[in-house]
Amino acid sequence: MALSGMRGLSVFISDVRNCQNKEQERVRVDKELGNIRTRFKNDKGLTHYEKKKYVWKMLYIYMLGYDVDFGHMEAVSLISAPKYPEKQVGYIVTSCLLNENHDFLRLAINTVRNDIIGRNETFQCLALTMVGNIGGRDFSESLAPDVQKLLMSSSCRPLVRKKAALCLLRLYRKNPDVVNIDGWSDRMVQLLDERDLGVLTSVMSLLVALVSNNHDTYWSCLPKCVKILERLSRNHDVPQEYTYYGIPSPWLQVKTMRALQYFPAIEDPNIRRSLFEVLQRILMGTDVVKNVNKNNASHAVLFEALALVMHLDAEKEMMSQCVALLGKFISVREPNIRYLGLENMTRMLMVADVHDIIKRHQAQIITSLKDPDISIRRRALDLLYGLCDVTNAKDIVEELLQYLSSADFAMREELALKAAILAEKFAPDLSWYVDVILQLIDKAGDFVSDDIWFRVVQFVTNNEDLQPYAAAKAKEYVDKPALHETMVKVSAYLLGEYSHLLARRPGCSPKEIFSIIHEKLPTVSAATVPILLSTYAKILMHTQPPDPELQDRIWAIFNKYESCIDAEIQQRAVEYFALSRKGAVLMDILAEMPKFPERQSALLKKAEDTEIDTAEQSAIKLRTQQQTSNALVVTDQRPANGSLPVGQLSLVKMPSISSTAGANAIDQGLAHADGTLSIVDPQPATSSADLLGDLLGPPAIEDPPGAAVSAQQNVVPGLDLEGASNAADALALALVGVQSNSVQPIGNIAEKFQALCLKDSGVLYEDPYIQIGIKADWRTQHGRLVLFLGNKVTSPLDSVQALILPPTHLKMELSLVPETIPPRAQVQCPLEVVNLRPSRDVAVLDFSYKFGTTVVNVKLRLPAVFSKFFQPISLAAEEFFPQWRSLSGPPLKLQEVVRGVKPLSLPEMANLFNSFHLIVAPGLDPNPNNLAASTTFYSESTRAMLCLIRVETDPSDRTQLRMTVASGDPTLTFELKEFIKEQLISIPTPTPVPAPAHQHQNQQHHRHSLQGQLQV
Amino acid sequence: MVGDGEIAIVASCPSIFSVVGSASLKFGDKAGDFHNKNAKMIHFVLLISRQGKVRLTKWYSPYSQKERSKVIRELSGVILARGPKFCNFVEWGGYKVVYKRYASLYFCMCIDHDDNELEKLEIIHHFVEIMDRYFGSVCELDLIFNFHKAYYILDEILIAGELQESSKKTVARLITAQDSLVETAQEQASSISTIIAQATK
Repeated sequence: MALSGMRGLSVFISDVRNCQNKEQERVRVDKELGNIRTRFKNDKGLTHYEKKKYVWKMLYIYMLGYDVDFGHMEAVSLISAPKYPEKQVGYIVTSCLLNENHDFLRLAINTVRNDIIGRNETFQCLALTMVGNIGGRDFSESLAPDVQKLLMSSSCRPLVRKKAALCLLRLYRKNPDVVNIDGWSDRMVQLLDERDLGVLTSVMSLLVALVSNNHDTYWSCLPKCVKILERLSRNHDVPQEYTYYGIPSPWLQVKTMRALQYFPAIEDPNIRRSLFEVLQRILMGTDVVKNVNKNNASHAVLFEALALVMHLDAEKEMMSQCVALLGKFISVREPNIRYLGLENMTRMLMVADVHDIIKRHQAQIITSLKDPDISIRRRALDLLYGLCDVTNAKDIVEELLQYLSSADFAMREELALKAAILAEKFAPDLSWYVDVILQLIDKAGDFVSDDIWFRVVQFVTNNEDLQPYAAAKAKEYVDKPALHETMVKVSAYLLGEYSHLLARRPGCSPKEIFSIIHEKLPTVSAATVPILLSTYAKILMHTQPPDPELQDRIWAIFNKYESCIDAEIQQRAVEYFALSRKGAVLMDILAEMPKFPERQSALLKKAEDTEIDTAEQSAIKLRTQQQTSNALVVTDQRPANGSLPVGQLSLVKMPSISSTAGANAIDQGLAHADGTLSIVDPQPATSSADLLGDLLGPPAIEDPPGAAVSAQQNVVPGLDLEGASNAADALALALVGVQSNSVQPIGNIAEKFQALCLKDSGVLYEDPYIQIGIKADWRTQHGRLVLFLGNKVTSPLDSVQALILPPTHLKMELSLVPETIPPRAQVQCPLEVVNLRPSRDVAVLDFSYKFGTTVVNVKLRLPAVFSKFFQPISLAAEEFFPQWRSLSGPPLKLQEVVRGVKPLSLPEMANLFNSFHLIVAPGLDPNPNNLAASTTFYSESTRAMLCLIRVETDPSDRTQLRMTVASGDPTLTFELKEFIKEQLISIPTPTPVPAPAHQHQNQQHHRHSLQGQLQV
Repeated sequence: MVGDGEIAIVASCPSIFSVVGSASLKFGDKAGDFHNKNAKMIHFVLLISRQGKVRLTKWYSPYSQKERSKVIRELSGVILARGPKFCNFVEWGGYKVVYKRYASLYFCMCIDHDDNELEKLEIIHHFVEIMDRYFGSVCELDLIFNFHKAYYILDEILIAGELQESSKKTVARLITAQDSLVETAQEQASSISTIIAQATK
């Protein structure tokens, strides 16, 4: 079947094939391109038929990998050819050569549309196919209604309708609004009744995309999907041509089960039962057969069924069946099934409590870690990583270490990082941890990032018991002849700090230690030399009484480097030399490094950030979410903490510490359920400054941890003072935090609350199990909030209780909250609010639930705050001033000079006001340094009441201003004045900003101190 | 910070809390899925010979010309190097490539990492079977000299990176119908040109 009538093309292809080498081929291709270019230039005489030939040649050349940067217009123009053969070529070549962002495509929209709405079925198909393959947003906007019509049309044949369904899917992906129309979900239900399985397959793909974005709208499709699945699995009424190796359309089965996975749960018991029967049949009835295609198809269905069971997480009985199946799969020879077995086991770890069962397969998984196929090795590594816990960490990590020496380069970094994380998380004892990391550096130094060795230094520094051991280990490594540079760094550091602890052991005199380290100096790069110099200085300091010979040698080295071209090395050399002549002072300056503050492991963070591979991010996520039983270190970490990430390793026994400045300020006033305020142990917070900063960072005597902290507190807006002095005031409820829960919230609760004060929807609270969202609608003094309680996990959350503790000025009614939230379900609880009178008090939601045996109880401020009852109003001067004048003097008009205001420019201040619906009228006040604003306040007692505000600022001192507030109600005036004051003093909106800025500052500080480390 | 990101998502989509309970939460979303967060689709189809020559490419996600060349270069390197007993899946740049070798040709499909691999593998086989039936025991030469036919057939099997027809019979019927349409048109054309030729003699 040659290219009928296109001899030129055949000849050309033969020519190209006969070329002896790439160069010849290029010559031939260039000649042809030149030819085509000339032809296209004299476009006038070219018939559609000729164009078609050239366009095919272009596509062929393009496929060979040559740049074809012309002729696109000709391809597109063929679309409008009147005859089928040319039109077909136009459509196909266009969709191969161009992508959706190409400008020429826009030129064709009209022609394409005419083909779609025209009566010619074959033209319709061509147009739908092209739009389905490369249609972009423009197409979405202009063609969606026409495509929908074709899909729904009863007069169109299946071949057009199935294309229309997929075309619509493409348009939907480009612009979801194309199906956000009334009644579309009903139409989907109707479409699922389709008899033609080709059309149904396409419709199901469309449904998957729709429900994956918005399952709520398509609930009504769920029963239909289950019906379809039943019909297929029973092979009931499935035409022969739609069975594939005896299996009723495996593709449709897979798609249908995929769609079902986007619905959070199935409540109807009948539907649920039917579905589980089907799933049961698939799980039990799939056998391994000889025919590879049949086997693949049936297992495609089986793995999708597994995924659906995991999602529905129903009867535990079925879950254990799944685990048993997967256990079988990971031990088969067939590589595809083994790969998928490993992959799905990892997924299962995340959704179900099957850790212990899967652990039984550990040996088998380790075998796969040595498989020749890297795809399988990756899966095995990921699974082992997910599987690791305190009980098997030793085995797994040692296995990884062993594998490290033979692993291919593509995997080493990943392996090293994972081994380091596991060692850190699950170390049975600290010396083992040190062993592992040192081995890691020894075996794969190139793949061990700085973070990893910084971390080990942190541990050793913070654990005195460990120091002699670590120093001895480091000595062992340094004794080896060839050493990775990273090993030189870490050993030199450890020996500098702690080698004096070994002094009595043989071969460990300062002189000997110095000699073995110094041997390495000629082999290291400029980045390592400074560390060695510090080590020498420390050794010198520890040598008591001083050894003149050693001193001379070290001084000679310092001398030598005093003229080093590297500024860092030079400076250290000069300073150490000068210092070491100061005698006793040296002892103070070079004292041991202080302990590091507790922090999240940078490695875990890194693992989250790295895009090593996708599927395994799942396991990393799992890792970070896990609550670990930590044998490694003692810690009395404070349980209630706004933003401490969960499952992290605590470095050392330290007083309670909170990880961000923002949380700290708020934690100062931790309120209890009964509303009384208790000041929490005012242990200062420690910053989470960058790692390097701490490691080489602030010199011991100048900057003990506490000092850094006191400086940091200044960064925090003065909210804490306010709170403390104002105990009776509900504002002190600034945070109502999580109390003594082992479950840590995700993100900062206070920030979430602040954000919600300014907008009407968002997340109020989140932890690994639940997300509480809020959507609010405010009208005059009435508010309607909806709490969205979303269960994030696949087991139910029990004993759910929500109690509103309203302040006296709010009438609040919460509808019934169900006691159980089913797996992955979301319940909505409306909450009605009526504002009785002006007050700044805040309502609190006392929320608790049980996950397994863990009881979680949180108290959350609800964003039904004062400012929600403002409605913007902007007044013209002629309305404003008469009102202003009529309200004269206290208590209706209050004036106050406010000091300690956060300095803001006038536009910033205006923005702040506007964000609270206090609408600033520009130019109203003739003085450009003043602001005038107005709003309407609503409550039962005041009804709609106009409020007027005037702020006079002092351009020479932005920290003070004079504020005048007026309204027709004395309480309102007072409350409003206080409210504004709070906003101006604390500026809660951009709370996240200070933290990074501070970190940055800290970093700079560190740089400085690094260089001037020893300046006295 | 985690919280901020979440809020941003919530605020931007109207069905705000659909985040909870969606399957994407379960398996983790691939940030690099640069086209559509929820698209579980075939991003491209690639046919390469054992010598690394491209025999067919079809891109369902918008790759620029540069990206296309890069993808082909990288992927041929990865896939051609794999042993015959290896599994049919390769993890590659945040995606998965499902591939299968038939004689001298490798058929590859790039999919999302949490899509169903075996199902896609059988789409490849489905495609091959249909071509086999159409050409009568298809070989690489058929696909070289009739590369346009391969595109026609593929367009009847996949649209928008999704399977549109799983019946071989239906696809075969449609392709035959297209062929005859083209032939009729050409016969007409040639008869007209004969008439014109004769008339102007």
